[in-house]
Amino acid sequence: MNGQIALKGSLRNSAEKEKPTAEKKAKWGYRHNGYYALKALLTISGFVAAIIINIVFPQKAAVEFKTYVINALGLSVTLNINDAYIFVLVALILIFTGAGIVSLKDKEKRKKFCKAAAFRFALGIALAVWDIGGTKLQVFAQPFFPGPAQVIEAYLADGEYVVQNTLYSLRLYAAGFSSGVLLGVGTGILIGWFPKVYYWVFPILKITGVVPAVAWMPFALTLLPNSFTAAVFLIVICAWFQIAFLTAQGIQSTPKQNYEAARILGSSQLGLIFNVAIPHAMPDIFTGISSANAMAFTTLVMSEMLGQPGGLGYYINQSKVWSAYYKVLAAIVIMAVLFSLINYLIGRIRKRALRWQEGVLKK
Amino acid sequence: MSSTISVNNVNRIYSDAEGNKVNALYNVDLDIRPGEFISIIGPSGCGKTTLLRLIAGLDKPQSGELTIDGSRINDVSPERGYVFQQGGLFPWLNVENNIAYGLKARKVYKKNKDKISRYISMVGLDGFEKSYPHQISGGMAQRVAIARALINEPKALLLDEPMGALDSFTRADLQDKILELWKENGITMILVTHDIDEAIYLSDRIVIMTPRPGKISKIIDVDLPRPRHRGGSEFLSMRKSILEHFELAQAQPQPEYMI
Repeated sequence: MNGQIALKGSLRNSAEKEKPTAEKKAKWGYRHNGYYALKALLTISGFVAAIIINIVFPQKAAVEFKTYVINALGLSVTLNINDAYIFVLVALILIFTGAGIVSLKDKEKRKKFCKAAAFRFALGIALAVWDIGGTKLQVFAQPFFPGPAQVIEAYLADGEYVVQNTLYSLRLYAAGFSSGVLLGVGTGILIGWFPKVYYWVFPILKITGVVPAVAWMPFALTLLPNSFTAAVFLIVICAWFQIAFLTAQGIQSTPKQNYEAARILGSSQLGLIFNVAIPHAMPDIFTGISSANAMAFTTLVMSEMLGQPGGLGYYINQSKVWSAYYKVLAAIVIMAVLFSLINYLIGRIRKRALRWQEGVLKK
Repeated sequence: MSSTISVNNVNRIYSDAEGNKVNALYNVDLDIRPGEFISIIGPSGCGKTTLLRLIAGLDKPQSGELTIDGSRINDVSPERGYVFQQGGLFPWLNVENNIAYGLKARKVYKKNKDKISRYISMVGLDGFEKSYPHQISGGMAQRVAIARALINEPKALLLDEPMGALDSFTRADLQDKILELWKENGITMILVTHDIDEAIYLSDRIVIMTPRPGKISKIIDVDLPRPRHRGGSEFLSMRKSILEHFELAQAQPQPEYMI
């Protein structure tokens, strides 16, 4: 099994080196099963500790543990917010155990899993400390920093409403960012390819591009038919500049020799744009998309806070009015997870599109 | 498949950074026979690459004309394949797709799909179809560039110092490969080089150019039988006479030779 693992990811000659020792026991490290089991244990022990602390540590502060009735999938479950917290910890343990089992066969995943163990342990301990400071003793300033159980309470109390607002944010983001990318790449190509377009359009883009998108909000809100399109417009202009700028740069930096080679091989003018300039600009286009993405999140949340009938930013604003900081925290947690997920997705697409840049010698 | 290329009284003048006129080519006349292997040799600045670019159609002369089989060369064409000194491959395409580029660009890909593997084998790159240019060596990259040009079945292949950036072992290897492809495909080969040995080893004729102004100073017939022996006495005496020619025609202070 070890020989197989070595062949998969590494260079051929290193695999050959491994072969004679493949029969022997693996060295102490992520390939060793005992080592791997220890790391898996470390991963989950933090969360186990958090559960033990939650059960064993005395509840000193006066906290009201509300009970909620959840109706899902035709079932009706009555859940105390502290039980919900324990439920989340158990879920985390199951997720990481699952990750450990999935990673077992793959050398790279094994390595990653072992590397993450210490951090995941610390995460469990941090949750335990938070539990003590926020719920058990309430030594953190209240109501700003409630314990983990109360943050989860927001999901129990406002479940459907939180989902609605999250979906609203996602819709806004998807509509705004995808049109921003399309427009940005489109203008970038035109600016990069046609000197006339560069002359007339680039200065406008350069000057308006430095203005934070939300500054246009008053115009957007009054001139566009509804607040949704207004927010879409703001996200579009914030993504547009970055992406157009970098796309144009990528197109313009295409070596002349690439065009000459393509022309000699029989390429048409259109072929030069689509099969030479755009592939060459791809790395720059993705740099633009990544940085525009971060700005799009900011614009999204700000516009929701300032003039939207929904969305996570709206939810934060609304909760703040009632001093429901546990709900603010709950919304922030969703943003962190959601935006990381979107970043991850973009990263995957980028890796796929730019796999020709990978520095790995395959043959 | 091959054809006659004529260069008639061609002048090409550039302006340098200070606005001075540089006579890159001065009254150049050259007739290249069908199926001939011809090398253009000379120090930097003698206009050898300029001449090759004019033949390719990448550049236009101020006066004079270039023709292929009697028709004037106005623009680039797949019938005159070109191999750049280095970096001519598309880094975002793997070996297979680089070679297929010409077929796709000319919209004849579907009919000729099976040609790709044939040309990959022809240059000895079986097994590297899916590799990207940065994953293969410089010598292999040049083989890909040659296969990419040949798949269009050109009448002539123009080689702009294709071995200039290679180490001497890889270079000798690629020289033999080029000779083999020349015989196999029966096309005209025009090679620009500053390596005298390379020119003697490969060519039917050697065109010697000198700079300021760039012009042809001598054309030498190499009538040594092939395969040629790089250390043979005739080879060495030919090399000596070419070197002497450069010394006699030394219009420039320090020419760079590759000996």
